[in-house]
Amino acid sequence: MTAVTARFRPNPVRIGLLRGGLELRQFARGRESVIFSFMFPILLLVIFGAIFNFDIAPGVKFTQYFVTGMIAAAQLTNAFQTLAIQIPIERDRGVLKRLAGSPMPPSAYFIGKFIMVYVVGLISTALVLLIATLFFGLHLPTTGAKWLTLIWVTFLGVLACTLCGIAFSSIPREGKRAPAVVTPVALVLQFISGVFFVFTQLPKWMQQVAAIFPLKWMTQGMRSVFLPESFAQQEPAGSWELGKVALVLGAWVVIGLALCLLTFRWTARDDR
Amino acid sequence: MDAMTDDSAITVRGLRKAYGGTAAVDGVDIEVRRGEVFALLGPNGAGKTTTVEILEGYRKRDDGAVRVLDKDPQHADADWRARIGIVLQNTGEFEELTVREVVSHFAHYYPAPDDPAKVVERVGLGEKRDAKAKTLSGGQQRRLDVALGIVGRPELLFLDEPTTGFDPQARREFWELVRDLAAAGTTILLTTHYLDEAEALANRVGVIARGRLLEVAPPSTLGGRNKAQATVHWMGADGPCEEPTDSPTEFVLALSRQYQGEIPELRISRPTLEDIYLKMIGEDVK
Repeated sequence: MTAVTARFRPNPVRIGLLRGGLELRQFARGRESVIFSFMFPILLLVIFGAIFNFDIAPGVKFTQYFVTGMIAAAQLTNAFQTLAIQIPIERDRGVLKRLAGSPMPPSAYFIGKFIMVYVVGLISTALVLLIATLFFGLHLPTTGAKWLTLIWVTFLGVLACTLCGIAFSSIPREGKRAPAVVTPVALVLQFISGVFFVFTQLPKWMQQVAAIFPLKWMTQGMRSVFLPESFAQQEPAGSWELGKVALVLGAWVVIGLALCLLTFRWTARDDR
Repeated sequence: MDAMTDDSAITVRGLRKAYGGTAAVDGVDIEVRRGEVFALLGPNGAGKTTTVEILEGYRKRDDGAVRVLDKDPQHADADWRARIGIVLQNTGEFEELTVREVVSHFAHYYPAPDDPAKVVERVGLGEKRDAKAKTLSGGQQRRLDVALGIVGRPELLFLDEPTTGFDPQARREFWELVRDLAAAGTTILLTTHYLDEAEALANRVGVIARGRLLEVAPPSTLGGRNKAQATVHWMGADGPCEEPTDSPTEFVLALSRQYQGEIPELRISRPTLEDIYLKMIGEDVK
């Protein structure tokens, strides 16, 4: 006689998409952060482009090298740095606690963050590419294979950085200390991973340290898309090593996901 | 499952929780019936928040048995979460989003949500539905929190110090909302610092201090309040007079004869809930 009600299982993907929409709306309405996110890479591009206007290889200007690094660095900043700073603040304010107290599937929160970061990253990349092709002699890829590389390197890179950013968000003890903990990490990675300097000109040990982290492989993947085929010989291994790019980024996706699952906290540290 | 569980929304037996060797909750028993408004009173650090957060499934207990809507909150799932509503103390995260956007979004989390427009209306934010959350006043922000707590049509609602920082008018309006929810059959567990709030809303209050539940009773009889000595106050020839007495009627009749009619500025009082409460937690400290 008793009616058996079906167990309620909210769909994480559907709610994750809704959360992504909500996060993007919130981002888009915060005027300062929109301007900063999109203008900062362009600003750096213009400054570096004006200062370092020399060739680093036959037919390859430093600016072109720098643009590819800037695209990867913008993805790191958008995904890793933004989330590793934003999530501790949300945790302090009780945003996460409210969500944890609702029937929202936990994964929907992460899906929403990834969507936000990914869309912002795509717009930022498009803007940098637009400026770079108009003023700094960068050429858009002409083959389907190169576009495909651009898509998968971007996707894997942003996913790895998102997961690492979420995992890293458990480190700062308080939201207001997060920028001090996170910014140096992101900045150092940019210096040693072939963004501001040509990677092969860095000390060997620095190259080896950088090779552990995703950004080095993201910049290398980007160079394979935008720089001439001949430049591959200038890379550390004498080739683009796309297989290794996929492997390292994939490994970071797995590591980031494992760290998220093991360490993510929905409440502040004193709420046990 | 015993017969009692059908009627009770919350059952707590021998609840214990310690932080680093110090007991925050030290053997608490609570029974909240379905449809009841139950207020938990106590000074800061008494174990109120810890107790409530264990019931909400946020914290793990060290010892004791807890059933909330016939489930152990430590094993909360989406099913159970959909049946409870939590209004937390912390607020202020939605900034750029409008009231309607936030409430509509949260409605998607629940299997059988209420109409978001109706919920916004019900918490008194109808005129603010298109306002960004950051432009709301403290009281309006709190109403938004409540809207998010009730949009899933919960059977049990947790309200943690819901009217802190409200002006008197906003508090009265908020009380109406709580009464309205209770009348619709929602079980409500309320924590508050305001004794008049507990008196106005709760069927029963539990006083908690130093991790222990001192007494559970309807506000009108807490601490033997209904049987406590009355005090008769009046204006005598040499200034204000007062007389504690167990038989105020007799005393007033005698006084009236003395004044040959009307007694100047006559007032009879019994201890307020606040008097009783302060006495209870004061005694506990000794």
